[in-house]
Amino acid sequence: MNAYVGTPTSRIDGRAKVTGAAKYAGEFSADGLVHGFVVEATIPRGRIVRLDATEALKVAGVLEVLTHAHRPPLADKDEAWKDEVAPEGLPFRPLYDDMIKFNGQPIALVVAEEWETAKFAATLVRIDYEQDGFATDLEAERGRASEMDKPHKPRGDAKAALAAAALRHEADYLVPTEHHNPMELYATTTVWEGGGKLTVYDKTQGVQNVQKFLCAVFDKKPEEIRVLSPYVGGAFGSGLRPQYQVVLATLAALALKRSVRVVLTRQQMYGLGYRPMTIEHVALGARPDGTLDAISHEAIAVTSRYEDFSRNDTGWAEQLYKSSNSHFSHKLVDLDVSTPCDMRAPGAASGVCALECAMDELAVALKLDPIELRLKCYSDRDQSEGLPYTSKQLRQCYARGGEAFGWARRNPAPRSMREGKELVGWGMATGVWEALQMPVAVRIVLTANGHAEVSCAASDIGTGTYTIVAQVAADALGLPIENISVRLADSTLPQAPVEGGSWMAASSAHAVLGAAEEIRRELVHLAKAIPGSPLADLDAAAVTLVDGMIAGNGKSGAAVSIPDAMRHSKLERIEKEKLNQFAEDKSHARNTHSAVFAEVKIDEELGVIRVTRVVSAVAAGRILNTKTGRSQIMGGVVWGIGMALHEETVMDHRFGRIMNANIAEYHIPVNADIRDIDVIFVDEPDDRINRLGIKGLGEIGIVGVPAAIANAVYHATGKRIRRFPITLDKLLD
Amino acid sequence: MADITDQIPERIPINLVVNGARRTLEVMPWTTLLDALRDRLDLTGTKKGCDHGQCGACTVLVEGRRVNSCLTLAVMKDGAEVTTIEGLVKDGALHPLQQAFIDHDAFQCGYCTPGQICSAAGLLAEGRARDADEIRELMSGNLCRCGAYPNIVAAIEQAMSRS
Repeated sequence: MNAYVGTPTSRIDGRAKVTGAAKYAGEFSADGLVHGFVVEATIPRGRIVRLDATEALKVAGVLEVLTHAHRPPLADKDEAWKDEVAPEGLPFRPLYDDMIKFNGQPIALVVAEEWETAKFAATLVRIDYEQDGFATDLEAERGRASEMDKPHKPRGDAKAALAAAALRHEADYLVPTEHHNPMELYATTTVWEGGGKLTVYDKTQGVQNVQKFLCAVFDKKPEEIRVLSPYVGGAFGSGLRPQYQVVLATLAALALKRSVRVVLTRQQMYGLGYRPMTIEHVALGARPDGTLDAISHEAIAVTSRYEDFSRNDTGWAEQLYKSSNSHFSHKLVDLDVSTPCDMRAPGAASGVCALECAMDELAVALKLDPIELRLKCYSDRDQSEGLPYTSKQLRQCYARGGEAFGWARRNPAPRSMREGKELVGWGMATGVWEALQMPVAVRIVLTANGHAEVSCAASDIGTGTYTIVAQVAADALGLPIENISVRLADSTLPQAPVEGGSWMAASSAHAVLGAAEEIRRELVHLAKAIPGSPLADLDAAAVTLVDGMIAGNGKSGAAVSIPDAMRHSKLERIEKEKLNQFAEDKSHARNTHSAVFAEVKIDEELGVIRVTRVVSAVAAGRILNTKTGRSQIMGGVVWGIGMALHEETVMDHRFGRIMNANIAEYHIPVNADIRDIDVIFVDEPDDRINRLGIKGLGEIGIVGVPAAIANAVYHATGKRIRRFPITLDKLLD
Repeated sequence: MADITDQIPERIPINLVVNGARRTLEVMPWTTLLDALRDRLDLTGTKKGCDHGQCGACTVLVEGRRVNSCLTLAVMKDGAEVTTIEGLVKDGALHPLQQAFIDHDAFQCGYCTPGQICSAAGLLAEGRARDADEIRELMSGNLCRCGAYPNIVAAIEQAMSRS
C-alpha cells in the first residue's frame, strides 16, 4: 500500500516546468487574440468627473476603451460579487461606477490588437477627478479602531493579573503591509468560443470559485463559462479571491466578441490584495519561575472602507500557552485602501511573530532559557477550548530542533558571541497553524491497459498537488506512478474548494482514497465473476490492489490482473467519482506545530544582518512526500526571512500611494540572502485526524520564523527591534 | 496630439536564430526580445515577471551569454543566436541542468524556473562560480518567490560537478 506515500518522489509536473512546456494563464493563445491594458486611478478617494479616451482611440490598432460609462452590463446586486472566500462587506466592482475607493483602482481598460499599442494608448486616457479627504495611515488612525463582531471570550481577569504579576512584559510590535509578489504576473486569457461561451484561463487558486463568480457577475449559465488554471506561477493567497483582471478580460471579450488577454504589470499588482499592516499589542505577566498568570493580545489591523477583512492574529496566544487569565481582541481601522487578503499563514505569521518576540523578552526578563519558558507554559490541551489535540509533538520539535541547532551551546547573554567583526545571535520561536480539511471530489478513470487518470478541480499553485495526488492514487490502485496521469484546475472537473489554508493535501488525498476504493470494489466484483476465479471464495473486503493485480491477502498468491478482469467483462474503462466529506469531530483540536531556530551574524559597524542558519523542526502528521514537503517548509522559512529583514510596502500618506510598487524596491530574499536551512519532520502519528494522518504544510513553514530571527538579532546586538522589517538602519540608530 | 498615430514608426524586419532555427519577423522598435519570443514566436517558456530587469524570469542566452530579454530590444539583436529554455532539450533529452532541477526539487510553481536554468547555463559557461557561495552571489539576479534557493544551488552544483 505504501510504495509512494511518504517517499521523496520527484514532481510529476517537473518535466513540463523545466522545459517551458507548462503554460500559465497569460500564455494561452487564440485566433484573433487582442490585449487589454489597465488604466489605474491616481488618487485614493473621490470621483471621476471626466474620462476622455478620444486620443487613445485614435491610435492605430486600438479597438476599444472600456470604462464605467461605456461597457457591457455588470451585475448590480452585491451578492453576485461575493465569491466563496469574500469577507463581510460590499465587494469592489471594477469599472462599475465613478467612485474611487483606492489608489491604483482600475478605471479603464484599453483594448488593442497588440499589447504595446494598448500600453501606449493607456497613457493617452485623460482623467479628471474630484478628490475627497482620505486616510491611509494606520498608526495615525489607530484611535478609530473598532472591535470585530465576535470578540474572543476572556478567561479570568487579565488586567488584574497583569497588574499583580511579579514580572510583566508589554509592547507593541508592528508588522507592515506586505505584498505576495508571486513571480507570475496576475493574468487572464478569456477565449471567445462563439455563441456567448467563454473559456477563461486565469491565475487563480480556485477555478470553481472564479467560475461561479463570473457567472453571477455576467449573468451567465454555468455551462457558458469554463475556467482553467493548469499551472499557477505562485499565489500565496493572492489568487484566493477572483482578481479584477479576470473581470476585465471577460468584460472585454463580451464587448468585442473576441478573445482577450489582460496581464497586469508588476506595479499594478500592488493595487490588489496584501497582508494588512497590523499593530500587535502583547502583554504577559509571569511568576519568577516562568508560570504565566496573564496573556493579553490585541491586534489592530488595516481594512478597506468597503470590506471587513480580519484573520486570527490573537487566537494562537490563546491556544498555545497555559495561563489562568487571558484577554484577546481584534480591531480594524478602515482606510482608503483596497481590501487586504490572505497571505501565507494569514493572521498567524503576524500574530505569532509578536507573541513569540514577547515570549523571548519575557524569558530575558525572567533570566530563563527561552525553551524552558515555553516548556513551563506548555499545554497538551488547546487552551482556548480546553480540548485535547489529535496529536501534538511540539515538545519533540523543541528537542530535535534544538539538538540539531546546537542550542545547548548558546551563551544566553546578549553580545556574548562573536566571530571576527560579526556579532553572532541565536534565537528561537514556536510556530503553530491549523490542520484543516475540506470536502473534495475526485474522479478516477481506469483503463484496461492499467493506466488511471485522476481528476479534480483543485489547483496546484506550486504546492505539489499533482504529485501527491498521483502518489496516493498509485498506492491505492497498486499501480506504478508512471501509469497515473493527473488533471487538475478545470472548473468542469469534480468539486474542490480554493487551494489555501494548507487544507488541500489532506482533502485531495482522502478524496483519491474514496474514489480508488470504488474502483477496487468494482474490480474485485469483476475478478470474482471470472469462471474459476482464484478470488471466487475470498471475502471481497480482503482483496487488495497491488502491483497491477487484484490480489487476495495472505500467502495463497491468488490474484487476477487488472487487464484480465476488465477484458473478461469487455470493459475498456471504469469510471468512478466520489465526494469525500470528513466526519465532523469537535472533540479534538487539530494543529501543526514547529520550533524554529535561527542564527544571525551582524556586522557590528555596518549593521548588515545575515541569516546564516535556520533549523525548522515541524510536527505536521504524516508527510506525504518528504521531497516536496521539505521544499514547502524551506520556502516558508525563506518567506519568514523576508518578513523579518526585507519586506515592507511603503505608503506615501500625503498621496495615499504606494512608493515601492516594484520588485526591486519591495525587497524579497534573493539567492545570496539564503544560507543553510535544515528541515526536520518530527514523527507525529495521528490516527484520529484522518485515515492517512495528514495535516498539511503550506503555512506552518513561515510561522515563527520572523520571531526567531528577531530574537537572534536581539541576542547578537542587545537591541530589540519591534518594527518589522529589521533593516540595518534600525540597528545603527 | 491629433496626429499621434502619424508619429508611430514603421515595423522593422529582423532575423533571429532561435534555438537553431532561423526566424524572420517584423517588430516595432520598442518591442522587447521577451515580447518577440512570447507573443510573436509563441515561445512562452521564457517568462515575464516584472518587465523591468528586476526578477530575471526572462533570462535567455544570446550568443551564449545570459541576458534579461525584457531589457533587450528585439531590433538590437538582429542576426543574433538566441537560446531559450525550449532549446535546451536535445533530441528529447533534458539538459543536465534541467534534470538536476528535477532531482533537487529546485522549483515549486515553476514560473522562475526557465530563467533560473538559462541563467545557470550562462553561469556554467562563464566558469566564474567555483563554490556554493559564488553560485549564490552570481544567481542573485534570478528571484524565486517560492524560496527554492538552497535546492537551486544544489542543482547547479550537481550540473557543475558532472560537466
